[in-house]
Amino acid sequence: MTFQDLLEYALRALVGRRVRSALSLLGMSIGVAAVVVLTALGQGALTYVSNQFGNIGTNILIVLPGKTETTGGFPGVGGAPNDLTLDDYEFLVRNLREVQRSAPIAMATGAVSHAERRRQVAVIGSTDQFLTVRNLEMARGSFLPQSEIDRGSAVVVLGQTVAEELFPGQDPLGEVVRIEDARMRVIGILASEGTQLGVNIDDMVVIPVASAMRLFNRNSLFRVMLEVRSTSDLDRACKDVLRIMTERHDEEDVTCITQDAVVAAFSSIVKTLTLVLVAIASISLTVAGIGIMNVMLVSVSERTPEVGLLKAVGVARRQIIAVFVTEAALLSTAGGLVGLAVGWLAVKVLVGLYPALPASPPAWAVAAALGVSTVVGITFGVLPARRAARLDPILALARR
Amino acid sequence: MVGGQPVHALVDVDEEIAAGEHVAIMGPSGSGKSTLLNILGLLDRPSSGSYWLDDREVSHLDELELTQVRRHRIGFVFQFFHLVSRLNALENVELPMVFAGIPRDERRKKARDLLEAVGLGERADHRPDQLSGGERQRVALARATVMGPALLLADEPTGNLDTASGRQVLDLLDRMNEKGLTLVVVTHDPDVARRADRILILADGRVARRLSGEAITHVAGFSGLAGDGA
Repeated sequence: MTFQDLLEYALRALVGRRVRSALSLLGMSIGVAAVVVLTALGQGALTYVSNQFGNIGTNILIVLPGKTETTGGFPGVGGAPNDLTLDDYEFLVRNLREVQRSAPIAMATGAVSHAERRRQVAVIGSTDQFLTVRNLEMARGSFLPQSEIDRGSAVVVLGQTVAEELFPGQDPLGEVVRIEDARMRVIGILASEGTQLGVNIDDMVVIPVASAMRLFNRNSLFRVMLEVRSTSDLDRACKDVLRIMTERHDEEDVTCITQDAVVAAFSSIVKTLTLVLVAIASISLTVAGIGIMNVMLVSVSERTPEVGLLKAVGVARRQIIAVFVTEAALLSTAGGLVGLAVGWLAVKVLVGLYPALPASPPAWAVAAALGVSTVVGITFGVLPARRAARLDPILALARR
Repeated sequence: MVGGQPVHALVDVDEEIAAGEHVAIMGPSGSGKSTLLNILGLLDRPSSGSYWLDDREVSHLDELELTQVRRHRIGFVFQFFHLVSRLNALENVELPMVFAGIPRDERRKKARDLLEAVGLGERADHRPDQLSGGERQRVALARATVMGPALLLADEPTGNLDTASGRQVLDLLDRMNEKGLTLVVVTHDPDVARRADRILILADGRVARRLSGEAITHVAGFSGLAGDGA
């Protein structure tokens, strides 16, 4: 018997009972679709986080006020951490050998207005180095001037969106905008970058750090970004930061994070979560396999006379097993393919609804889902097939 | 097993059937007809004794060898036809050849020829539920002979047919027998048995009487002996 004949015979048997075939196939489809969608979401979340770091180099470390352990939550959230002041920043940069470039960052939400137009945007206070540390480009004009850090001059650099909305059809360069109570002159416009680290670059304005802290009445920086010479210096630099700050404040009240650490921590969370979800989805694959076994058992008992006939015309036991296992494998593989298509569609729809989440099923998950569905079908097809092969032909043929 | 005692369906059956012979087996239900037929068809094994087919002791062959013998040497015809309902007439006839690994073109041609031979060339693409009982049995007959068996076993081949279609089927069986096919027919119908060269009448697992085909109408009270079949 050729493989093609086997497939054809099995396929016709399945088509002969299409409703039941379709139902058991559906069970498998749901399981596979679930695996595809869940792994796609996990992958999407990971990609999302990596994208957040975007252009920022891997040799960046970020110092935040507050100690993770002492606040018992995310750094900077909850509790009242000690300030990380501009003086602290200068002291840190002076005493850290590894630092190549650095930028202090103050941040607040403020109203920016020009003429009748007014927008609430993120106001970043920093220095001229911010541009290079964050790897941003200018669209027009120039960035903040190099000057004394505690001299807050009245200049501002606008993000794309802010510029377009405050100055529709006009050139904002040289114009004066009002940020809260202060008048500031527009000296440049940032190139469009999208969202990084949760901040939409296009929807923010940058002013000198001293101006920002005065304007919003802050003593503490939002964070400090330090760029070290090479990635291998990161860990040592982080330790040095903590040591220097602990000596200066008499307690360890800052947190130092690196991109690697954040991505690694996040990816381990997402991976664990994905694995758990996939494990749950696998249970549905098993249930689907049992469904197929059930359908196959019913089929064997319905086709008892057929099995008896096959035996009478000289069909070998292993051929009978092959027929029924092939039927089960076809069912589950077809279910797997349908599930793949449904899952893929669902992911497309999700991405359409939430474009920020770049969900796409990883290749290993697609291969595994298909492979597992086929293996499950074969595994759960063996028992009914063996039952068929064991049927007593005399009894099988005695039935009408 | 009944009541803890082994029950022997057949005892002391010592019979020789010549190649090309036409033998009918009769007897009341429970007399061992079906068991004998199953042993002849290698669907069942005798618990003791031997069965020689084509000068070969076949009752102790292993499963795979039995499969081969059934495939190539023995054909079956059943009272309930046992056609596969999802396949058309041609495909039903092809079935044994599919599993024997005969190439598609060859088996298609052979199946078509055999359907022609049983007068169903026109009905090749009809499914069993679109065929009459007589036509179904003729399809089954084509299927039983498509592998060129030496021995054809028929279990009540006309048991489910009206007289006219029954006669058609019996005529076909006779024609095949004349061409050299050995025929063993289990029946309780004297009109079927009458066509045989020899009739074995079983009772309680033994051959109770041996008759020639012509003799059957002259046996007084015969219908009482054979009339309580299925």
